[in-house]
Amino acid sequence: MSLTNEHIREKLTEKFGELVSGFEEPYGLLSFEAPKEQNLKVLNFLYDDEELKFRFLTDLCAVHYPDQPGREFAVVYHLHNLEDNIRLRFKVFAPLSQPDVYTASGLFSAANWQERETYDFYGINFVGHPNLKRIMNVEEMDYFPLRKEFPLEDQSRSDKDDEMFGRGGTY
Amino acid sequence: MSEHHIKLPEGSIEKTTSTLNLGPTHPATHGVFQNILELDGERIVSTEQTVGYIHRAFEKLAERRPLYQITPITDRLNYCSSPLNNMGWHMTCEKLLGVKTPKRVDYLRIIIMELARISDHLICNSIVGVDAGAYTGFLYVMQYRELIYEIYEEVCGSRLTTNIGRIGGFERNFNDIAFQKLDKFLKEYPRVLREFENLFQRNRIFMDRTIGTGAISAERALNYGFTGPNLRAAGVDYDVRVHTPYSSYEDFEFNIPVGTTGDNYDRWLVRGKEMWESLSILEQAFRKVQDFKGTEAEVFHADVPEYYLPEKKDVYTKMEALIYHFKIIMGETKIPVGEVYHSIEAANGELGFYFISDGGRTPYRLHFRRPCFIYYQAFEELVKGGMLSDAIMTMSSLNLIAGELDA
Repeated sequence: MSLTNEHIREKLTEKFGELVSGFEEPYGLLSFEAPKEQNLKVLNFLYDDEELKFRFLTDLCAVHYPDQPGREFAVVYHLHNLEDNIRLRFKVFAPLSQPDVYTASGLFSAANWQERETYDFYGINFVGHPNLKRIMNVEEMDYFPLRKEFPLEDQSRSDKDDEMFGRGGTY
Repeated sequence: MSEHHIKLPEGSIEKTTSTLNLGPTHPATHGVFQNILELDGERIVSTEQTVGYIHRAFEKLAERRPLYQITPITDRLNYCSSPLNNMGWHMTCEKLLGVKTPKRVDYLRIIIMELARISDHLICNSIVGVDAGAYTGFLYVMQYRELIYEIYEEVCGSRLTTNIGRIGGFERNFNDIAFQKLDKFLKEYPRVLREFENLFQRNRIFMDRTIGTGAISAERALNYGFTGPNLRAAGVDYDVRVHTPYSSYEDFEFNIPVGTTGDNYDRWLVRGKEMWESLSILEQAFRKVQDFKGTEAEVFHADVPEYYLPEKKDVYTKMEALIYHFKIIMGETKIPVGEVYHSIEAANGELGFYFISDGGRTPYRLHFRRPCFIYYQAFEELVKGGMLSDAIMTMSSLNLIAGELDA
């Protein structure tokens, strides 16, 4: 394996300078972030560069951090360089007030549905997406269910008379 | 109107296309998903896939469950090979928790995982046959899937949604019956697989139906995020077992079969060849497991009492086991803060788990990378311009599992 995490990091800082930050290597996987306006530039650079060749989008998803004002949503890309067999994780953060992130579906066809799924669950608006509509949930749904403000049912609630399923009722 | 437009005689009918709703519950789709097909006669002009009919919000559910309760959720992703998903999940947790499993556990896991891979490929390949009109093969190999299920049953007690293993290893050691059944499987299955292949591989009708249909180039397949047999059928030798070995796969000798054209026939062949490779891995693993003697042969889990759910009989008789049982069940165990991505080669491709822990008893965020969901979006490109009956076969040769699609 010729490509190392240090080298990728050097190449990225050389190209983007201050814009790429937060380099970490949790469990050996290089992880970094960039401003959301730069996401396509970074992805394109990673894709096109003769050495980096991150041309396989493994995974795309979002995370909701309600306690980080202005950085409520993280969109996480997992990329893979199949030739040198090295992976990396790239994050962009978007605010709750305006969760707009440029779509990566022009670069990776795989991003199309994954972005739709992310939109469906978190309401991230992927700017330029060819068909940004809900994919798992019904189209009439007016909220984004994987956001943290939608809790699941409290398992210890006692107001439910659900005898057949072992809750409530008389024993 | 272009100048090439053919002038139709007065009173003739203009050519129109028809719309066909294939699914959500159609016997030919082998799962709950809908396809809205625009047809010109029998040729497909465009398709629109609708998924989500069995969406169960697993990622949301997982945010409320302690780690050991997430295993049954993973069962229901690709339910044709649940043990693979279970193992993938256990290994993700072990990676986060820093648990190192003993070699014997790794080999036992490989036995279970390869059995699951064979049973999944077996279903997929025989269903492709069914869609081509050959029911016999499907029924014939079913009894060997049954034998695989019996082996699961000996190990964990259940058959389809297995919930097999635990963080750190297995819930119990494999018993003699399990090994006998495995031995029986290894002795009898090769002959059956050969017979099954003879039914299809050089069968004129089957070849005519599958060669050249549903093809995709390696470049497009990579761009679409294909993994697993579907990518390998297009000629890319990417296999997580080889590229990022887990569970001691590096100790095994096996080949990665690849195709060339990425069509239905190549997908069928790659899955067939992979079953042979899995058999060889199984034989090697079986031999390696038998090499453990004495107390070593009793090892079926890592020595990590704080994460490994103890055996029930120990809970009732031993103080320590009772404490750890209580702590694990109540979610009092220390879980490190961190982000981990772990992937395994599931039957359909790279099954990934992206697990963000904030140190709480449940994951802060858990995302499943489901291979099925990612490659199903290429369906339109695969079937456009082809015949409707070929689209049915493309669908089954992609091995679309609704559970994995929708999560």
